[in-house]
Amino acid sequence: MTAHGSARGRAVTLITAALVSTVALLAAPAGMAAEPLKVGFVYVSPIGDAGWTYQHDIARKKMEAELGERVETRFVESVPEGAEAERVIRELAASGHGLVFTTSFGYMNPTIKVAKAFPDTIFEHATGYKRAPNVGTYVARFYEGRYLTGIVAGKMTRSNVAGYVAAFPIPEVIRGINAFTRGMRSVNPDAQVKVIWVNSWFDPGREREAADALIAQGADVITHHTDSTAPALAAEEKGVHVIGYHSDMSKYAPTAHLTASTHDWSEHYLRTARAVLDGSWASAAVWGGIREGMVKLAPFGAAVPDAVRELVLAQQRDIVSGALHPFAGPVRDQDGNERVAAGATMTDEAMLTMDYYVEGVQGKLPK
Amino acid sequence: MSAEGTVIAIVLATVGAGTPLVYAALGELVVEKSGVLNLGVEGMMLLGAVVGFIAAVESGSVVVAALAGMGAGAGASLLFAFLTLTLQANQVATGLALTIFGVGVSAFLGLDYTSVALESLAGVHVPLLSDLPILGALVFSFDPLVYLSFAVFVAVTVFLYRSRWGLVLRGVGEAPASAHALGYDVIGIRYLAVLFGGAMAGLGGMYLSVVYTPVWVESMTAGRGWIALALVVFATWRPARVMLGAYLFGGTTILQFHIQGAGVDVASQILSMLPYVATIVVLVLISRDATKIRLNAPAALGQAYHPDV
Repeated sequence: MTAHGSARGRAVTLITAALVSTVALLAAPAGMAAEPLKVGFVYVSPIGDAGWTYQHDIARKKMEAELGERVETRFVESVPEGAEAERVIRELAASGHGLVFTTSFGYMNPTIKVAKAFPDTIFEHATGYKRAPNVGTYVARFYEGRYLTGIVAGKMTRSNVAGYVAAFPIPEVIRGINAFTRGMRSVNPDAQVKVIWVNSWFDPGREREAADALIAQGADVITHHTDSTAPALAAEEKGVHVIGYHSDMSKYAPTAHLTASTHDWSEHYLRTARAVLDGSWASAAVWGGIREGMVKLAPFGAAVPDAVRELVLAQQRDIVSGALHPFAGPVRDQDGNERVAAGATMTDEAMLTMDYYVEGVQGKLPK
Repeated sequence: MSAEGTVIAIVLATVGAGTPLVYAALGELVVEKSGVLNLGVEGMMLLGAVVGFIAAVESGSVVVAALAGMGAGAGASLLFAFLTLTLQANQVATGLALTIFGVGVSAFLGLDYTSVALESLAGVHVPLLSDLPILGALVFSFDPLVYLSFAVFVAVTVFLYRSRWGLVLRGVGEAPASAHALGYDVIGIRYLAVLFGGAMAGLGGMYLSVVYTPVWVESMTAGRGWIALALVVFATWRPARVMLGAYLFGGTTILQFHIQGAGVDVASQILSMLPYVATIVVLVLISRDATKIRLNAPAALGQAYHPDV
């Protein structure tokens, strides 16, 4: 199991907690002392100061703070997707965790497999699509945040070209690129988005090189769907704008930062833990967006004028009220084919299987 | 941006991407020329990257960071040298262990420094020369560590092929027993070679974390240490070809991003493969003469030597 910084402090806390609860159990008649719900978290990367895992860990801490002694959390970071993940998840289930959050797409099959062996443990898997009576899934409508940040990019660009550093051509990432492009072109019909695939979630060297290449090709707003802060640093150094992802990255790019599309899982974690505690939990596919508080925009950077801020906030209200949908028709793909007719709205099903670029994205989508 | 500007951007980025490989591979070249195979380059690069980064954050000085990165790499290689040269442990196994060790220790050391922002090192600006059109941008605007890597290349080449001690070092790698019979301290010379290799790997890692990215994250070398190792072999232990291979690898990496950004219709997965394929194909083609490979490959590479037996 991967060690982490506060391992010793945690061990001391655990031992103390174990001693206290043992004493309490001995002293009180059986059944009086409520055992805390042990909640396990499996993270795909180190927590760090920003990024996907960092956002999950913030939510874990908030949940712990809110529920106090009723829960006891433990996390394992940098768990590779694959055989190692199954071992870690199994270990958490076997050591008495009543609720386990597995926070990366690649944990899907291991989670389902372990869940079969531990029917009394409840699992919540992020971004997956396989469920079981004791496995629920949750994911955020990241594309809503992407659309709003696209509006910011469309208003701020001078070259009418935005650069997008992307990880892997899966529907999740493609949906983000398309939503960003539609947001950008909603205020700037000439805008184009250039995409570079780095084929890695996390490789600062390559992310940096990709961002540099996009800037050299004329992009003056950079955004990314990868995990490190390297694109933000590249933008800051080259004097162009950057729109972050996962976390507010303004401290890495104080002048370049415009805003960021961030995730907030704390409501979901809190709700889920409460449901498990009072026995009302049921397997479900949760897909929440801005309305549910799962997607949030980071505070605007100084470079963003008030008029743009107001426009974006107004659009955000429209998304919450349902008046605006990032994929409301007409939606045309790159080749001009109509994917959604005017007046209609794209279904969740169609969004989840998106495998084409909308008009305004340059280049061909790798298949 | 103009075509000319794009070309300049690609060339500048190529040199940046190639520089960590140049350092690590030139260091490993000297190590292997002395007859020692150190597979721990990746681990030493990571240690150099994290220690260099911490030094840069704490001191604010690139010179201190470079020295710290070299020290970290050399320290790790000293451990390797002690195990393989003094205790005669298996070099392959020890080198692999050093890589695993470096990955773990660097992640631990860097815990509090993950994603700390660092001011990047500006390129030098030589009055007049840097302002020359095109040439100024291409030749006179790198950061100092790039120029240092050129100097290291020249120094390694001159040392190996134009100096008496370079001849001795190569002799130790070819026939350690003969070198010993002539009165040379085989183990001592190999110690020095391994230390140099460690320092260069550390410097390459430090370049990546302090100058190039500039950010520290776990396992950020992402296999560059292994590429440096492969470069030495594919370049048939010749410094100029090591340089060529490093820039070729860096160049194709950068070029494939530009091809993608320009919207050329090629699968990005194939483009990602391009740097590896191009480097191997070119180096294999120019180095396919079997006799010359035998001449350049250190005959005693990877074999333990003990003066008493």
